[in-house]
Amino acid sequence: MVVAIGFEGSANKLGIGIVKDGVVLSNPRHTYITPPGQGFLPKDTAKHHREHALSVLKLALEEANIKPEEIDVVCYTKGPGMGAPLVSTALVARTVAQLWNKPIVAVNHCIGHIEMGRLITGAQNPTVLYVSGGNTQVIAYSDKCYRIFGETIDIAVGNCLDRFARVLKLSNDPSPGYNIEQLAKKGRQYLEMPYVVKGMDVSFSGLLSYIEEKAPKLIESNAYTPEDLCFSLQETVFAMLIEITERAMAHCDSNEVLIVGGVGCNKRLQEMMGVMASERGATLYATDERFCIDNGAMIAQAGWEMFRSGVVTPLDQTTCTQRFRTDEVEVTWRS
Amino acid sequence: MAVLQGAEAKLYLGGDFYGRPCIIKERFQKNYRHPILDKALTSQRIKSEVRANLRCRIAGIQTPTIFMVNFDTNSIYMEEIQDAVTVRQHINTVQAAELNPASACSQLKPLAEAIGRTLAKMHTSNIIHGDLTTSNMLLEGDPSELSLFLIDFGLSSFEASAEDKGVDLYVLERAFLSSHPNSQELFDCILAAYTDQTQDKNACKEVISKLDEVRLRGRKRTMVG
Repeated sequence: MVVAIGFEGSANKLGIGIVKDGVVLSNPRHTYITPPGQGFLPKDTAKHHREHALSVLKLALEEANIKPEEIDVVCYTKGPGMGAPLVSTALVARTVAQLWNKPIVAVNHCIGHIEMGRLITGAQNPTVLYVSGGNTQVIAYSDKCYRIFGETIDIAVGNCLDRFARVLKLSNDPSPGYNIEQLAKKGRQYLEMPYVVKGMDVSFSGLLSYIEEKAPKLIESNAYTPEDLCFSLQETVFAMLIEITERAMAHCDSNEVLIVGGVGCNKRLQEMMGVMASERGATLYATDERFCIDNGAMIAQAGWEMFRSGVVTPLDQTTCTQRFRTDEVEVTWRS
Repeated sequence: MAVLQGAEAKLYLGGDFYGRPCIIKERFQKNYRHPILDKALTSQRIKSEVRANLRCRIAGIQTPTIFMVNFDTNSIYMEEIQDAVTVRQHINTVQAAELNPASACSQLKPLAEAIGRTLAKMHTSNIIHGDLTTSNMLLEGDPSELSLFLIDFGLSSFEASAEDKGVDLYVLERAFLSSHPNSQELFDCILAAYTDQTQDKNACKEVISKLDEVRLRGRKRTMVG
């Protein structure tokens, strides 16, 4: 029996979760929410994490009804992510690991999403679409490695959506993407916009510039409503994502697809992926906002897998890195 | 008639077009995407495919002959390249038969060079394939004859810019390395032959430096949760 605690703070969510042999015992999270029209800056986000670290940790232990001595391993996000928030969260993990005298495992954030998705959905060997504010990747496992078959060649899809939400001055509560999704439901008129797919890669920066420039004029002239634009943007970027996922599935001869990452809880994206999957006789696996959005349990789960396969990070190597590719990690826990 | 389903089209094999072996590539409707978008993409891709196919032939690159396009059914009728394997299958066969990776690599080197030369010709004619993978290249007859065909031009475009050519090579590199583990050396052979074959050395240098730039965008880009 192995109990793992995971610390996640690579972006604007601070999450601490406890996992015991594939069962999530607790997974509290606190999100740093900025005013409409603004993104989150590293310095302020780190401050948020420092302020809430202890109360979230206390909550995690209480909800799980676990005492520190029952924990076997402390896991934290090494990267990728924003430097300052990563470092401030890792500091808490290192501190408790030393206080409680427990081993530490440094976890790749993207691997955390994948392992959590596999645990929750029971998907065996899926093609993974990992979509969030900072990442857009199509991943498949082979030969001890999560290989990246396709990805964005510029900005992430979530970043594209977030920045469009800023143009419309939408609220960041609970998240800009959620508010775009709600408006999009009321959109009727479809506006054609740049659609950029290159093989299994996508690009969103041209599309974002286009819509950033056009949106204020279109809304002012009453040609399109903000709802129409949210709808059109979602339809376009999601179609691009489904297309590259399908291409990767055809390429790898895969019949399972898993969506992870913050954008993955978008119902319209899940619906479109579901249609694609059923048309090719494949199965879609998706989770809800508890596990799609950054959380501590996913770090605990990936760390739990790593720890059981014998991985421990020596204290002097418990550093953070903003740039940490999914395919850099040797997957020691899968055959 | 045998049917193969790819990511975006059904292929009907074993047909006959006035006595010539023919396959029909039908782009079917994608119900997940908005009908306006679906229609626009489908017709755009049929046009791109036919155009790039023809331009490649003019540039001396082997592609299947296109017999006819039916826009009502979104179908292209084209020559069936008989007795062909994909480059992907061929590399897998060689790698599986040859236990020593170094000797598998040296066996595949002439193929890598042929790919590099073909892509150089294609880019010199300003044709961007848009979806270069080893599944989109065929070897006709005995693979050692290196009779290489390029197929699947649906994502192609006609661009002179170094950026587009660089991204085209990047797409191939990614597909190549993810489909064929331990094949960096082979991809380097492709690039060397590509550089060697391109007459305009300055333009080629620019493409390669764009390739390096795009690689950096992916690999070193700050990635936030």
